[in-house]
Order: sequence, then C-alpha cells, then structure tokens
Amino acid sequence: MTSRVEILNDGGYRSDGRRQHELRDFNIDLSVRGQADGCAMVSHGLTQVLVSVLGPREAKNRSQTIHNRAIINVELSIAPFSSSERRKRSRNDRRILEFAAAVKSTFEPVIQVHLYPRSHIDIFIQVLQQDGGLLSASINATTLALITAGISLFDYVSAVSAGVHSTHPLLDLTALEENDVPYLTTAVMPRTGKVTLVTLETRLHADRFEEIFRLACDAGKVIHKEMRQAVMARTGQLVRALDIGLHDQGALQRDTEDDQEMRID
Amino acid sequence: MITITSFPTESKDSDTYERTRHHPDVLDDVLMDEFDEEDSLDTRLTSPGVPLTSSHAFMRGHGTYVDGDEVIASVAGTIERVNKLVTVRALRSRQVAARRWKVDANARQDAVLMLSSVNLPGGIQRRKLESDELQMRNFFEEGDLLVAEVQAFFADGAMSLHTRSLKYGKLRNGQLITVPPVLIRRLKSHFISLPCGVDLILGLNGYVWVSKHVTEREREGEEGFDAEAVYSSRNNDIDPATRTAIARVSNILRVLATYFVPITDTILADAYEWALEQDPECGVKDLLREENAEAMILAVTARAAE
Repeated sequence: MTSRVEILNDGGYRSDGRRQHELRDFNIDLSVRGQADGCAMVSHGLTQVLVSVLGPREAKNRSQTIHNRAIINVELSIAPFSSSERRKRSRNDRRILEFAAAVKSTFEPVIQVHLYPRSHIDIFIQVLQQDGGLLSASINATTLALITAGISLFDYVSAVSAGVHSTHPLLDLTALEENDVPYLTTAVMPRTGKVTLVTLETRLHADRFEEIFRLACDAGKVIHKEMRQAVMARTGQLVRALDIGLHDQGALQRDTEDDQEMRID
Repeated sequence: MITITSFPTESKDSDTYERTRHHPDVLDDVLMDEFDEEDSLDTRLTSPGVPLTSSHAFMRGHGTYVDGDEVIASVAGTIERVNKLVTVRALRSRQVAARRWKVDANARQDAVLMLSSVNLPGGIQRRKLESDELQMRNFFEEGDLLVAEVQAFFADGAMSLHTRSLKYGKLRNGQLITVPPVLIRRLKSHFISLPCGVDLILGLNGYVWVSKHVTEREREGEEGFDAEAVYSSRNNDIDPATRTAIARVSNILRVLATYFVPITDTILADAYEWALEQDPECGVKDLLREENAEAMILAVTARAAE
C-alpha cells in the first residue's frame, strides 16, 4: 500500500502508539445538561460526541404521530471546528442525513417503541471533535443518553469500528487510519450478541470480512462493560441521593406503604 | 450575572466517570469485591439487558420485558418486588399523559380530562385507587366520544374538562355532526330533546351530537338506571323510525351549517316539521340536494321572521 504515513510500524505499533487490538481512551459523562431528559457525552480518544435525548413527548406535528408506537427522530449537527479543516455543513447535507438515518435504524429495534404510543423521541447528536469512529461514538453516546432518559431498551447497543491493514486487523481507527485502511463499523446488543448495524463504505476483501467483523463484535462487548459500569455508578449515585431525601420525609414513605396495602385488596 | 461557557463544565462531584481501571480478566472479580463491601444498594441496581429472574416464578412489571424464560430489565434503576411482580423503577422517566385523557375539543390545544374529574362507577364519593389509574382505558378509550363540561383553563390556554355529573359521559346511540362553532348560540341548556324522539347536545365548540332519546328517568339515575351503561361502548337497539329521525336531524344540521344558519331548538323544530311535510317526494337523503336545501332554508327563515 502506498501511503504517506506508516499505519503499523515494524514494532507492531500504530501511529498513535497503540497496539492492533487496543481501543482508545473511552470516557463517559452522564451529567444532565439543560432541558434534555437524557444526556451523554462520550469521547473515544479525540472524538467527542454529545447526545441529548428529549422525550417521549407528544409530537408537535399531529400528522406524524403513530397511534400505537413512538416515532424516533435523529438530528445530527457537526460543529464546524470539529475537524482539522474548518468546514460548515448544512443541515440537509446528504452525508449528515444518511448518518442520522443509520443511527435511527440502529435504535429502532432496540427502543421499546410500543410502550410509548403517539409520542415522539428526539435524539440530538452534536459532534464536538472528530478523529475517526464518529458513528460508533455517536451510537454509544445515544445508548447512554437513552438510558439516562429512562427510555425502555431491550439492551445496550455498543459500537466499534474495525479495519484491516494488509492482513493485520486494527480496532477503533483514528481519522488518519480511516483514510488509508478499509474499515467497517458494527453495533451489537451484547446480551444476545445480535448485530443491529454493520456499515462498510470502503472496499474490503471478502476473506478478511469475517475476521474483523467478529473482532469488532467482541470489542463491542468490552465497550459495553465500560458503559454499564458508568451507568451503574451514575444510577447508584442518584439512588443514594434519593434515599437521603426519603429518610428526611417519613410521611412520604408511609404513603407509599399505604398504596401497597390497597393494591393487595 | 450571566456567564458564558463554550462547553458545559465537567462537574466535580464524582459525576464524571472515574474509577481505577483493571485488566478485563480480573475485572469481574474486582467488581464482585466491591459489591460485597458496600451495602445491598448495588444489588438493587440494574441496567437494560440485565437478566433479573426467571419468568416462570415471577411476573414482569414496568421497566422489564420477557425474553425466553428470563425477565430482563429494560431501564436503569432500582429493582422492586411486590409479591411475585418484579418492576424496575427508572430514575428519570416521563409518563406520557398519566392520569388524564387528551380530548380533541376543536380548540387550539387538546383539552385535558383528569382521572380525578371523572365519575367512576360505584358512587361519586369513591376513593381513587392506583388500580383505577391502570384501568383508565376501561372508562374512556382512544376514539371514544364524550360530553364534558369545561372546568377551568390552564395558563397556556389548554382546557381542563370534567364529567362529574350523570349528564356528562360517554356518547353512544347517535352520530356526530361538526358545524362552525359560531353557529351554536349560548342557550339556557345545551341538552335538547326534540319532539321527534331525538336528543341533541349542542357543544359550543361546534360539535353536535344527535342521538336516540333517553328518558328522564334513565338519565337521572333512579330506578332502572344502569351504572355500567355509563361507560359502555355498545349501542342500544335503535328502531328504524328513530334511525330515520336521527338521520333526518343530522341532514338538517348539515344543511343549516352549509347555509350558515344559527342552530337553535326552534329553528331545528321548524325545519324538522318542514322536512316531514315534504317526506314522500323528498326523503332523508334528498334533503342534502341543493334545491331541497334552499327550499328548506327559505321556509325556515320565513317562519323565523313571523
């Protein structure tokens, strides 16, 4: 391959000092921002994505509602300063629409839409920095934002990109590597191992596909562990805060006990 | 004072995800140790996709779903168990219009009918239970028509309705005609019974309900009053004569609406009388034809002028 940069050097290290199967630093921040029901900021290395989830709420547009399930609406905005070349994309850029449609179809089988009839779930993805793996970062952040919004999901969705350099598989590519190497992005539901998204925009040898596909699915499970840990930490923290509030108000607790007795009648 | 930050500042209070990292092989062991050290809180927590229990021994509640023979959490939160019912209570969730119905009232916004402003079967003074909340669809369902009184307006202009009287409730045995709201004048009573055995409810929102006559006795709920019937969605048997009467009144209303004639009980009675006189050569459906409609409007306005 004739490339200006060395993807994998003789020592088996990549351009940013990682090994082949090493993931980038993965950071999650689940604190609430503004009006959103659920919020997550996720960074994979230098790629940083902020996702806000609003809803389920009554749709503004009556003609858009479906009487027995919720509608998912995904909007993506890429900050002009997010990449190395400053560039402003319009909201109706074909690539942006395609990206939003990919995220939407990833989550349609995962969100329990039948629980929210005639309502509307908005997912707003803001890309703050991009350095490869944009789709996987967006999907991971969306999963976390949906969970913090309290929307019922069948499972987590965790996504990772994987590529192949001659015969060496690589995980979690940076922008530099994405330019030179064929790669795919997969999103898996870790409990069942079901795959909700596979995208491949570059030409990849058919013999290599299975190997890196399986690798990406396994890496998804590792990402899932990290995500779950963050969610549990956050939930535990909130529950603890809630418990303190409850102990202060004995009356409130008594009320809930009453309710339970009545339910048995 | 207004401060502007280009990005949300990261909160300091351990909200951000900070934890010692471990190698994946030992990670599970480390997590187990942590669970043991802390109180039972962490065992009460769950997140989507985590199997909770067997679906044979337990029933699934909110925040869970069944896949195969496992009950699996679908939200992140605390696990709660009441007898055999397992639920997961999410920390942040939105209830989509809980304890209320949304009613299309021909207004800018949908009106709201609270569960608390509805007459429940079994007496007005009954306490509202949580079970009533779950059974809301037994009272009113999507697509039901109902008559209610406007109780109050919210600050944003949405209406709050109530049906806490036997006059109000679910509509059946008839049909709905929509007319421009200006045509309905404010009357002493908007519940009219015409002499032809047809009841009318003239809504100020332009919705008119034409139905089979209900006797005074049945409506007041003394003897022979069926409490279940208030929320029943089944029509009673309607004999052909009443059906034609309802159809005729409906067509008269449609004609009056197209000619923009205000709808009052006297005008309706006059028009009905006129329609009966023309009956053999001008049947119910012929009322809608232009020449008949014009003749009716002329006759009615002439009589109103007298």
